[in-house]
Order: sequence, then structure tokens, then C-alpha cells
Amino acid sequence: MYLAAEHFVRAPGWTWYILGYFFFAGLSGGSYALATLLRLVGDARDEAAARIGFYVSFLTLLVCPVLLTADLGVWTRFWHMLVNVTPGDSSLNFTYGSPMSVGVWALFVFGLFTTVSALEAFVLDRRARSTSSDGPARPLGGVLGRGFNIAGGILALFFASYTGVLLSVSNQPIWSDTWMLGGLFLASGLSGSAALITLLTRYRADAVFSLGRLHEADGYFSILELVLLVAFFVTIAAAGTAGRTLPWLPLWVLALAGIGSSLVAARGHMRIRPSGGSAVIARAGTDTLVVSLLVLVGVLALRAAVIFSAQ
Amino acid sequence: MATTIKPGESYGFFTDTSICIGCKACEVACKEWNQLEGHDGKFLADSFDNTGQLDDQNWRHVKFIDNVPDQTVDAGNGKAWLMMSDVCKHCKHASCMDVCPTGAIIRTEFNTVFIQQDACNGCRNCIAACPYSVISINQKTGTAHKCTLCYDRLQGGLEPACSKACPTQSIQFGPLADLQKAADVRLAALHSQGVTQAELYGRDDKVYGGLNAFFLLMDKPEAYGLPNADNAGLPSRNNVGGYIGALVTAVLGVIAGIVAFRRRGTS
Ligand code: SF4
Ligand code: SF4
Repeated sequence: MYLAAEHFVRAPGWTWYILGYFFFAGLSGGSYALATLLRLVGDARDEAAARIGFYVSFLTLLVCPVLLTADLGVWTRFWHMLVNVTPGDSSLNFTYGSPMSVGVWALFVFGLFTTVSALEAFVLDRRARSTSSDGPARPLGGVLGRGFNIAGGILALFFASYTGVLLSVSNQPIWSDTWMLGGLFLASGLSGSAALITLLTRYRADAVFSLGRLHEADGYFSILELVLLVAFFVTIAAAGTAGRTLPWLPLWVLALAGIGSSLVAARGHMRIRPSGGSAVIARAGTDTLVVSLLVLVGVLALRAAVIFSAQ
Repeated sequence: MATTIKPGESYGFFTDTSICIGCKACEVACKEWNQLEGHDGKFLADSFDNTGQLDDQNWRHVKFIDNVPDQTVDAGNGKAWLMMSDVCKHCKHASCMDVCPTGAIIRTEFNTVFIQQDACNGCRNCIAACPYSVISINQKTGTAHKCTLCYDRLQGGLEPACSKACPTQSIQFGPLADLQKAADVRLAALHSQGVTQAELYGRDDKVYGGLNAFFLLMDKPEAYGLPNADNAGLPSRNNVGGYIGALVTAVLGVIAGIVAFRRRGTS
């Protein structure tokens, strides 16, 4: 695969809808994974931020099928992704070698998980606000609830990353010249999700506890993203297709600015962390707002740069 | 030579580019039979080519490669332009079929590759996959179109329109095994005449497991815009590597999350 690759292909014309889909899929999967981690390994006070994560995951997921369907040549046939309509061969469609086919099923099943988790978060939030304490402490508590979140979290990680693999499983320049895109989209999706949850703690006072931890996590994800970005450029340079990224330099710079700003923010928060714990901060300030927005723009820019550089 | 066409047997084209004269009868016959409207005429300033490419309206495309040295090879013998009537290769291992999520792309009873128009939903995954830039979306139907190897004609026992119209028999249609034998004979004849640059493309399994529409070329495949054997990879070659990259990132991401979120005496 590291031969100077020759490509004589036509671009599929995946543009704005697909860019939007990749962006929201990254945020939806990333937010669910982070929410699960916050709930399962975090402090009890991280639960509020976890619930933000489940809400974000659900809301961003809602957009995904709409964008995917709008991108089709015949949108009324969106269901052909799931059902084979070949006469005499009607059955469910699942082509494990086609990430598009696997991904559509992942979207469908992950959609069930994120809907249930967001509903659960909603019920818990309502109960916390009401005075009566009827019903079990957690609708999805105990081992079952944990198992549910873990299964959803694994699906979430798949959902946030498969879009990159989908691009690689083609014969397009750049996309098919590297194996890094799945990991790259996942790392950036996690980073963007941490930034978005951080941003939303502005609107939920009880979630502010997790602010420093989220910044710290974002920093780690950004380091991962940076390493993968370097590996991505090395692999496409070896294939001889790196030159195609040049016209999109401003987008790559924006992506790097997102990574850089989250690293700076993480470093700041880890410095002021009191003995062994993340900094406990009163509220998300302007710096958090700016950093989060820069990271989110970077997540979008990275996907745009990858999508447009090949086409 | 009339061919009896039987379901269950493999059919294809052997296109001998050494005798193509660039007349485009194949393009016209294809459009005529398949009722392809074509695009609005445009001057492409590219040799005699005014079709430009294979796409939803051009299922045959005669390529003109005229950047050959302007010099005499030997007395009375100039270096010829390269001409090639290009078409869907009906690959044995078809990249388009590999990735189609709807099952719209099938292999027919004639071992050709066919896109079912009523199943395709226009996702364009096949376009990203086809290494020969064959498929494109028809703006009217919203679905993916390409050469059907005249599926309807084969079902009626007729040979495809393009090969029937070709005046020099540059495009030959028939059972694959017969075509392969004919190609071997032709290649040996050319080599014995000192035309050593002649080579067969897609005759053996080096590109995509073998092509049902294969070629005799007068230069390297790259000169015709065809990937050579080293570059002829199926999209699915990247599945394992791509998923492993994602898996390693997922594991590291989870570890990073655990490190950042773990309880550390603050509760
Ligand atoms: S040439 Fe392209 S469209 Fe034709 S069978 Fe091969 S991969 Fe499919
Ligand atoms: S555009 Fe149609 S034929 Fe091509 S991959 Fe999508 S569903 Fe299959």
C-alpha cells in the first residue's frame, strides 16, 4: 500500500451533507462514550456532566439520518440500505466488507441506545427536581444499567470512527492511501465532544465539577489526534498524494488550531489542579467558551479538509 | 461469427487497441441501443475526443492518446497514436460490488456486473470504489449508471451493440474462454512481428481477478489511464487496517478518559 499510488477514479461528490453527517456522528458517538466513562469511572458529581453527554449524543444523532438521507440520489429509497429489494433475493442487507452497510446498522442500533440513555437522563433529571421520590433510584441502574452503557459506549466508539474507515475503503486518492482516518475521526470526535460538553456546563451549574476533568481529557484526545494526524500525513506522503492537501491548507490550519487550543487549555487546568484532582472551577468562563468553539471548528475543519482534499 | 448466448456461461469483450481506428461507432451504437441522450456537445480541445469520459451517458468512450513522439520509427512507419474504446471492465472482483450497501449491484447469469436501477438509491459508494472511473449518477433518475454489457440483448440472444457495430473488430464479443484464446494468438502474432510493447491487460487474474472486458494495449496500462497490477487494489483491502487503527485509538481514548475522570480523592 505504500507504493506511489496511482488513482484513475471519479470523486463520489460527497460534500456538505456528508461533512455534516461526519461531524455530528463524531460528536454523537464521542459524547456517548464520554458520558459512559464519566458515569462509570468518574466521581458521583460527574453524573451531571454525564447526563449532558447523553443528551448531546441523542440530539446530534437525530440529525444524522436526515443528512444521510438528504444526500442520496433517491431519498425515498433510504431503507434500501437495510433491506435488499432484489427480486428473489429479498432479505436484510448486511455487507460486512462495506463500512457503509455496517455503519447504517450501527447508526440504527446505536440510535436505540442513545435514545434510551437520553430518556433515562431526562427521567433522572425530572425526578431530582420533583419532591416525590417514587420508583427505583435509577431506571437503568445496577449491573444491567452499567452493561447497557458499556455496550452503548462500544457502539458509540464504532460510530464515531467508522466514517473514516468508510472513506479508506474506496479507491480514492488520500482516503485509500492511509489507515489512519478511522482513528483520526474518533480522536477528533472525542475531543470535540469533550469541548461541547464543557461548553454546555455553562448552562448546568451542577456539572461544573467536571469542567477541569473534561479539559484534561480533551488534552489527551488532542495529543492522540495530533499523533494520528502526523501518521496520516506520513502515509499519504509515502503514497505520493500529500500534495492534494495543499489547496485546503486553511482548513488544516483550523484543525491544528483546535488541537492546539485544547492542549493549551488542558495544560492550564492540570497546572491548577489541587492535589491529585482536577481543578474545581466555579463556572465555565470565557476561556472555556473560546477554546470549546475553536475545538469544534477544528473538528469540522478536519473533516472538511479530508473530504475535499480527495475530491 | 454468430455466438450462441447461454445463461451460465461467462461473456465479455476483448478489445484489441492495436486495430482501433477511433471511429466511435461503438459509442454511437451504445447510445442508440441504450437510449442514452448524451451530454450537450462541448469542444474539449483534447484531440478528437468530444466525449471526455465514461459516465452515466457514455458507456463506451474512445480514448485518444496523441502525446506520442513526433518521429519516424523506421522508413515509412510513424509512431501511431494510441486509441482505445474504454468500457466497464465487468471485473471478476468488482470494487463497485464490494462496497454497494443496497445489493443493487449484481452478477448476472452471463457473469457480467449489472446495477439494478430499482434497487440503487444513489449513495455513490460504488463511484468512490470503481478504480476505472466508470460509474456516475444520472441526474434524472438519481441512480448510478454504467455499461450493462447489453444485458437485455444478451437475454434476447443478441451480441452487444458496440461490438456488433465495430468495423475493425477491435471490440470482439464472445465467451470469455474463446476471447482469451484469441487474445493469446493475437499477442503472439504481434510479438513475432517485433511489436514487443504489446501486452494484454486483464487477461489473467493480476488485475481484479481478471476482467471480463479485457484489452490488448500498445503501451503500459498507465498510459491509457488504467491502474497497473501493483495499483489494482480492492477497496476492502483497507478494512482490516482501517478498523485496527480505529480500535487502537478507541483503546487509547478509553484509557485517556479513565485517567482524566477517575475518582481521586476529590469526592
Ligand atoms: S470497471 Fe468499475 S464499474 Fe465496472 S465492474 Fe469493475 S469496478 Fe465495477
Ligand atoms: S449508488 Fe447505487 S449501485 Fe452505487 S453503491 Fe450506492 S446503491 Fe449501490
